[in-house]
Amino acid sequence: MKEQNDRKDVARLSRREFLKAAGGGLIVLFSWQSLPAQEGRPRAAAEVPDNFNAFLSIQADGRVKLFTGKIEMGQGIVTSLAQMLAEELEVELEAIDMVMGDTDLCPFDNGTFGSLSTRFFGVPMRQAAAEARGVLLQMAAARLGVPAEQLIVKSGTVMDKENTGHRVTYADMVRGRKIEKRLSPKPPVKSAAALSIIGKSPLRKDGIEKVTGKALYAGDIRLPGMLYAKILRPPAHGARLKQVDVSPVKSNPEAQVVREGDFVAVLHSQPDAAEKALSMIKAQWDVPLDHRNPATIYDHLLKVAPEGDIVSQGGDMGKGEMEASTIHEGTYYDHYMAHAPVEPHTATVRIAGGRVTVWPSSQRPFAAKEEVAQALSLSVDKVHVVSPFVGGGFGGKSPNRQVVEAARLAKLTGKPVQVQWSRAEEFFYDTFRPAAIVKIRSGTDGRGKAVFWDYDAYFCGPRGAEQFYTIPNHREVSRGPYNGVPGAHPFGTGPWRAPGANINAFARESQLDSMAAKAGVDPLQFRLKHLDDPRLLKVLKAAAEKFGWKGLPLPSGRGQGIACAVDAGARVATIAEVEVDKESGKVRVLRLVHAQDMGLVINPEGARMQMEGGLTMGLGYALMEEVRFDGGRILDVNFDTYEIPRFSWLPRIDTILIDNPDVGAQGGGEPPIICVGASIGNAIFDRTGARLFDLPMSPERVKKALAKAFQMKS
Amino acid sequence: MMEPVEFFLNGKPVKVTADGKRKLLWVLRTDLGLTGTKYGCGEGMCGACTVLVDGKAVRSCQIPVSEARGKKILTIEGLARNGKLHPLQKAFLERGAFQCGYCTPGMIVNAYGLLLDNPEPTEKEIIEAMDDNLCRCGAHVRIVQAIGIAAAELKKTGGRT
Repeated sequence: MKEQNDRKDVARLSRREFLKAAGGGLIVLFSWQSLPAQEGRPRAAAEVPDNFNAFLSIQADGRVKLFTGKIEMGQGIVTSLAQMLAEELEVELEAIDMVMGDTDLCPFDNGTFGSLSTRFFGVPMRQAAAEARGVLLQMAAARLGVPAEQLIVKSGTVMDKENTGHRVTYADMVRGRKIEKRLSPKPPVKSAAALSIIGKSPLRKDGIEKVTGKALYAGDIRLPGMLYAKILRPPAHGARLKQVDVSPVKSNPEAQVVREGDFVAVLHSQPDAAEKALSMIKAQWDVPLDHRNPATIYDHLLKVAPEGDIVSQGGDMGKGEMEASTIHEGTYYDHYMAHAPVEPHTATVRIAGGRVTVWPSSQRPFAAKEEVAQALSLSVDKVHVVSPFVGGGFGGKSPNRQVVEAARLAKLTGKPVQVQWSRAEEFFYDTFRPAAIVKIRSGTDGRGKAVFWDYDAYFCGPRGAEQFYTIPNHREVSRGPYNGVPGAHPFGTGPWRAPGANINAFARESQLDSMAAKAGVDPLQFRLKHLDDPRLLKVLKAAAEKFGWKGLPLPSGRGQGIACAVDAGARVATIAEVEVDKESGKVRVLRLVHAQDMGLVINPEGARMQMEGGLTMGLGYALMEEVRFDGGRILDVNFDTYEIPRFSWLPRIDTILIDNPDVGAQGGGEPPIICVGASIGNAIFDRTGARLFDLPMSPERVKKALAKAFQMKS
Repeated sequence: MMEPVEFFLNGKPVKVTADGKRKLLWVLRTDLGLTGTKYGCGEGMCGACTVLVDGKAVRSCQIPVSEARGKKILTIEGLARNGKLHPLQKAFLERGAFQCGYCTPGMIVNAYGLLLDNPEPTEKEIIEAMDDNLCRCGAHVRIVQAIGIAAAELKKTGGRT
């Protein structure tokens, strides 16, 4: 409970500080509590303090500030949130200044993940902006002596529609005043038909900075007297420092060594010199025996898996079994995968005058604030986190280990400190997408109708396990979350772009394909026959039409595969076309067609960038990405052995955006990645008759599957 | 060994006193304060640290600063002139050829090196030239398009590369 109270203190304090700092103008506060219950609303939202969540303020100079605890890591909300605000407030997009992830100015936010920003932050923000416009209209009515109904607003100027020269600007009305006002009842947000900024694709607000090299990331912060730190790392997770000799570093008078237990670091005014000095330290480690490796990990995980929770169920499994004439069994495996953002984890920390200022590469600045306060035994109000641009997150920058390291070192040295992990450290301390297992038993009757579906997902969490096909008898169980349970994984695991949804989609859609193949039915028709969600039916048909899908039973030899999913409120369908080199097992993706219904589309080009990005990134987990390890040792240290998608992998990509304003804005950044693995796996089957059960579908695994398929035939 | 090293940086002469074996990346980012050039892998495998040395795209994390002596170094900060974006920067901006932006300086500088060498690259040649520059956000499709757009623009205007 204490933590809860602290959080409320933080929120109250920021509110007071903010109101003081804002000085004048119109300020609107709004809260998560005004949110309607929605599909996929995260439990985390309940932890947010109930008083308010974010601010907008209209300044005396007419500029509008939006304060949000969300951060920009490439997903484009720096532009799309501003569009939503400009739309409802009736101001120019250029008049909006975004203040993101600043813990002194922005109220508490749980973090930027889960495709939540637009879906859940955007809704009350638009509401708040509509309310602010309502307040300003009332003020203008009084000032101009005209009824509010007779007023129109354009670019922050309110005018009498009978006499447009009779006007007053927002800036004029708020200048020299401090207005904190709420309206009841709340004015409605604009109808879909009235939107003029939402639905357009303006240039990204972060664009000029990013193409000129001026955009600042955590490692670009430069402070007087700042030291760069390099930290002594164990050879394996779980290792303990047995002996360390730091004396060789003493030959370098400019390098400073600090030690606190197993925590040993070298600091220098140049990062490369710090690294060189660190390499002189001689350390011996006790590495515990750990027999977990890629060959044993799945047996181990099945052994330690918790009971689990039912995700969804319906009908009567016994009845389903009775009705089935064909039983299908499949076990699907996901291997450990890295986030591998090009920017490694970085943090810069300064302690001055009893206040700590932190510039982290973090998806969770408010968590960083609390973690730093705890590590330094300070109250949270002494810590200020400023969020620079984040160079890619994908879930990997939810943990803030590097932030705490930099904070401890700033305290130990009394100097500003920057910690930037090397690529090897990034691979070592990444919280990987976990090794996971999905077991499915399913059945079809004599007419090719699916009659039961028994589904057990181990260590990937429930996202994407929920049944959306119309199978009368089904049961889906999630056994273990993606971040593991004690003793499950030899190292940290965590959320990875649409956590759990990738392997759940791969397993479900591969199994469905097997059922369609056995029934001798075209896999698109098989899906359409088992769906009643109109949005999902529409994306499947749209993708098929664009692709030029011609229904043939599997395997047709053509190399075409289809998959669909429900995720983060969106509906997606992906079709892949592949070529398989039977000698090497190498798969080349020739084409991807992806259709997405993400509700109301705020910024169509931004949405397409996310779709293309998700599809391209997805090629990696589908075909190549797998962390090699031996117990707690991580064997991949750089991009030579851990290959991520590159230009030469590019297929032809077509994206279809289905605008569906009736359901409001849904998630857009995660849904496009989740069917990449499944559509490619199904395309490989269609091409070769070989079914792949593991992600990634590496050349070696494809060769094995081909050999197996050949054996079964002969 | 500390030694003076003089070179041209974005058109201006500079002089640093540094251990000649230090990698150019760190001298640029730390001693010279130009943070547009990024660290990504430290082994020349990702391209985030790409700069031009006498017109050739080079991984600055791999070359010692002593090798820059007397040479012309161009970083992302040197591309826009008098506040006007280079056609490559303009094309990246307008095409939305970036997301998180961290690999973007290396992408643009590498593409700049390509266009110096080959002002009218085919799509295949663009892909080959860019293949060792990594982007995790998946902006590849638009990066290829943006380079093509910039090449066409440069040809049309007869502009500098």
